[in-house]
Amino acid sequence: MANQNVIYGVNGPVVTVKNARDFSMMEMVYVGEQRLVGEIIGVTDKATTVQVYEETSGLKPGDPIVGTGAPMNVTLGPGIIDNIFDGIERPLSEIEKKSGAFISRGASVPSLDPDKKWSVTMKVKVGDKLSGGQIYATLPETPIIEHRLLVPPLVGECEVTSVMPDGEYTLNDTVATLRDEKGEEIKLTLCQKWPIRTPRPVKNRLSASVPLITGQRVIDTLFPIAKGGTAAIPGGFGTGKTMTQHQLAKWCDADIIIYVGCGERGNEMSQVLQEFSELIDPKSNRPMTDRTVLIANTSNMPVAAREASIYTGVTLAEYYRDMGYNCAIMADSTSRWAEALREISGRLEEMPAEEGFPAYLPSRLSEFYERACIADTLCGARGSVTMIGAVSPQGGDMSEPVTQNTKRFIRCFWALDKDLAYSRHYPAINWLSSYSEYFSDLDPWFAENAGEDFIKYRRRISALLQEESSLMEIVKLIGSDVLPDDQKLVIEICRIIRVGFLQQNAFHADDTYVPLEKQKQMMKTILYLNKRAKHLVNAGIPISRILETGLFDKLTKMKYDIPNSKPEMFEDYRNEIREKLEAIAHG
Amino acid sequence: MIIDYVGVKEINGSLIVIDGVKGASFDEIVEIRLDNGTRRQGRVVQMEGDRIVVQVFEGTRGLSLENTRTRLTGHPMEISLSPEIIGRVFDGVGRPLDGLGEIFPEKTADVNGTPINPVSRVYPQNYINTGISTIDTLMTLIRGQKLPIFSGSGMSHNELAVQIVRQAKIADEAGQGFCIVFAAMGVKNDVADYFRKSFEESGVLQRVVMFLNLSNDPIIERTLTPRCALTAAEYLAFDLNMHVLVIMTDITSYAEALREFSSSKGEIPGRKGYPGYLYSDLASLYERAGMVKGSTGSVTQIPILTMPNDDITHPIPDLTGYITEGQIVLDRALQGQGLYPPVSVLPSLSRLMKDGIGEGFTRADHPALQNQLFASVAKVNDARSLASVIGEEELSPTDKKYMQFGKLFEAHFVNQGFSTNRTIEESLDLGWKLLGTLPRAELDRVDDAVLEKYYKETSPEDFDIK
Repeated sequence: MANQNVIYGVNGPVVTVKNARDFSMMEMVYVGEQRLVGEIIGVTDKATTVQVYEETSGLKPGDPIVGTGAPMNVTLGPGIIDNIFDGIERPLSEIEKKSGAFISRGASVPSLDPDKKWSVTMKVKVGDKLSGGQIYATLPETPIIEHRLLVPPLVGECEVTSVMPDGEYTLNDTVATLRDEKGEEIKLTLCQKWPIRTPRPVKNRLSASVPLITGQRVIDTLFPIAKGGTAAIPGGFGTGKTMTQHQLAKWCDADIIIYVGCGERGNEMSQVLQEFSELIDPKSNRPMTDRTVLIANTSNMPVAAREASIYTGVTLAEYYRDMGYNCAIMADSTSRWAEALREISGRLEEMPAEEGFPAYLPSRLSEFYERACIADTLCGARGSVTMIGAVSPQGGDMSEPVTQNTKRFIRCFWALDKDLAYSRHYPAINWLSSYSEYFSDLDPWFAENAGEDFIKYRRRISALLQEESSLMEIVKLIGSDVLPDDQKLVIEICRIIRVGFLQQNAFHADDTYVPLEKQKQMMKTILYLNKRAKHLVNAGIPISRILETGLFDKLTKMKYDIPNSKPEMFEDYRNEIREKLEAIAHG
Repeated sequence: MIIDYVGVKEINGSLIVIDGVKGASFDEIVEIRLDNGTRRQGRVVQMEGDRIVVQVFEGTRGLSLENTRTRLTGHPMEISLSPEIIGRVFDGVGRPLDGLGEIFPEKTADVNGTPINPVSRVYPQNYINTGISTIDTLMTLIRGQKLPIFSGSGMSHNELAVQIVRQAKIADEAGQGFCIVFAAMGVKNDVADYFRKSFEESGVLQRVVMFLNLSNDPIIERTLTPRCALTAAEYLAFDLNMHVLVIMTDITSYAEALREFSSSKGEIPGRKGYPGYLYSDLASLYERAGMVKGSTGSVTQIPILTMPNDDITHPIPDLTGYITEGQIVLDRALQGQGLYPPVSVLPSLSRLMKDGIGEGFTRADHPALQNQLFASVAKVNDARSLASVIGEEELSPTDKKYMQFGKLFEAHFVNQGFSTNRTIEESLDLGWKLLGTLPRAELDRVDDAVLEKYYKETSPEDFDIK
């Protein structure tokens, strides 16, 4: 190298270089003697701007900056699952081995274990035609995830020229070689690299048609999300965003969960680590960690890596999608990511838009959320990436820029409500201000798999809740005593819906995950009580007598009293309702 | 070779600009000597080529373009640490104030610290019994947690902090290996004095490390005070395996110091003029609480912040709430009624309590009880707002019960007094006794089995009038 590039100025995580001509936009660089990882974010005639993913104290003007010639990328291969990475895919447990409990700077460790042997089964033979995204080998990554090795997506039509026999290989061993149309040889190992800011290609995107079943009643029935869909969970602090994300990560029926702790608490990540290794996935009887990848960039870790962490997460998700898996990525929280953007933008002295956020905030958000999809992949399988992003609005005010811009690019909005959270109603998803745009896409699926009546009950429940909310306006002014009995009945029924149905106890063995069938039966039973009680009220029987039967309290607690495995008990409940109410009717 | 740079190029607030500096590094500490012999310290906050911007801790009063000599020290801000720091008093940047001489360092540490690797954290699960009913029952403090007190000017947050220090069983049974790190940022001398006296009265002064940056001390030092304190706390906890309780007051003054410094640097302001990196900056303090593998010590933080205009949505409490693991919110209306501690139950929260209470930690019925108490207190609020419209007389019988429950709850459960120390059993039993004044059917958050065991109908007469 003739002229080495050196640091000119330092301002927090932003470093400038003078008179450098050989860097390209978004190129990954090493900064200083400690080789801190950085990325080129601005190139002008005079100065190049670098954002550094690590603490910059101690950097000096004159320290070297070395380019890598490639954009910021991640290594994709076996060993990703059941691992915990920082925002730029460095394994935290390896860093721990190297530098102890506190993260030192410039830690250079390979993303994936290069020495571990994988037992590879080859899927191609010499002479086969292969193109980008197709499978050439498989290996068991965890007991439940088969890792399918894919030809890098941008490779054109090739012919297989050599194949190693099945056996044990490490990450960088060449297991096959290809020759492309130009006659150039391509070596296939167990891993490949991909730039984090570029979406991986698919064959064709499909429209949403299958729901992501979460076992959370308020989500599955009232605000369902599709596989390959997008959702936002906004809420002030203490409203249970993280709790909701954890519940979804534990119970949703995706094959692989990527959990991105973006600028959040360290103790929360250790909680996830501990809980997920103890929890057993009911579908596979294996620990949750067998299908989980954690990306932890806690709030005290460098801000630039926080910005990169959600891209790293979504790239990993896309890689597994390309193998034909349903992936779900939980980003907690996208507001911290937006704030990282703002912080870096401020250091660059860019002209701020709303509340100091850069003007490109909406376009970055849309780029991110557009990477969610269900698609036919290049290898001919079907996979999906579902995105669920938590939003932490400043002061709990949903009119702030991150929430408002996010709303434009997502289709499910699960608004968390402070008042519900204060009264410990969890999940504190407000049923009036939340919405899902997936009904029309998903209703055929629900009709086929849960029955037409599921959709009918859901509509009825929503309508009752709406009615209650307008009645509550009156109650707030004059008290509930003055309401006529039929309206009182609505309020009492909605009490069951709120406490007995929408509220769900994450710490209760049965209630933490409720299968769709039980959800339907619960709705059916509540609506049955409503129907029968309404007959009596219309016949002039005072509601106080109906309440005395204790049926309302019993239904409120049926979520605990009826085990998930015994849906037939609901029939007994409905019989009891009929008998007790008939007894009243006959005197 | 040590070079003195004579003079400065520019002075702006607490910042000076020096040209022609060779070999400075980012965040490095510099020493500035004035012609009259006084010395000041500063820190490199920005560099462009050979021009550096230095933040002068003691302020720039008396500096001119020519009367200074600046020298690079070659290292970032460090403090000296040794077991002897316990019982000592330091100023905001770690210089002894008590006239007992310098610390003979066993090691020196960069005050900025390094982030704890999330993998190395131990998930905090041991609860700290504070002897205060509202906290123990409803927002349990866990060892290794960061639980701030959200208060306002003139409220009894200092008393509460002192009571926690006095009553908290932080250490293991033996009571050994426990100490307190106290960081005062921009508080009045009286407040610092109050803490010192209270520590003395409760016999813990020998176990306290104090870092004092009073309200008339330089604001730049204020931005370093919590970092010095937390560096000391980390040393005591992770090197010496002690259980450390860190009390930091007042975070609001700290954030204001940060804003002042940021605007003098000409940075683009975020919300309410606070710098855009306020969240990251606060996180770099709060996230230093916790426990790590390979050490038996812990750092528990109780930061105190006074909400400007009692506004919980102000950026400082708002961002704090997003980082800390819950909050204890004090309420002016309760304080006005003469209740102590004036803990407002509903907005208060402890995020770590769910795994640190119940069977094997406190008592099996604790989770159910706290859930029900929160739900019932929320109903009290509904009943009260209804009563304020239609009058208490017109309320339904159930709502009247809630009104009564609310009164009893505040008078007996919340209002505990500065010197009462309740065991966890006493607090939980009191909770059940209060719930006994409500009809059993109203307790919809509790399993029947638990109700069977603990629910007993009580009447207001069962509570002695204080």
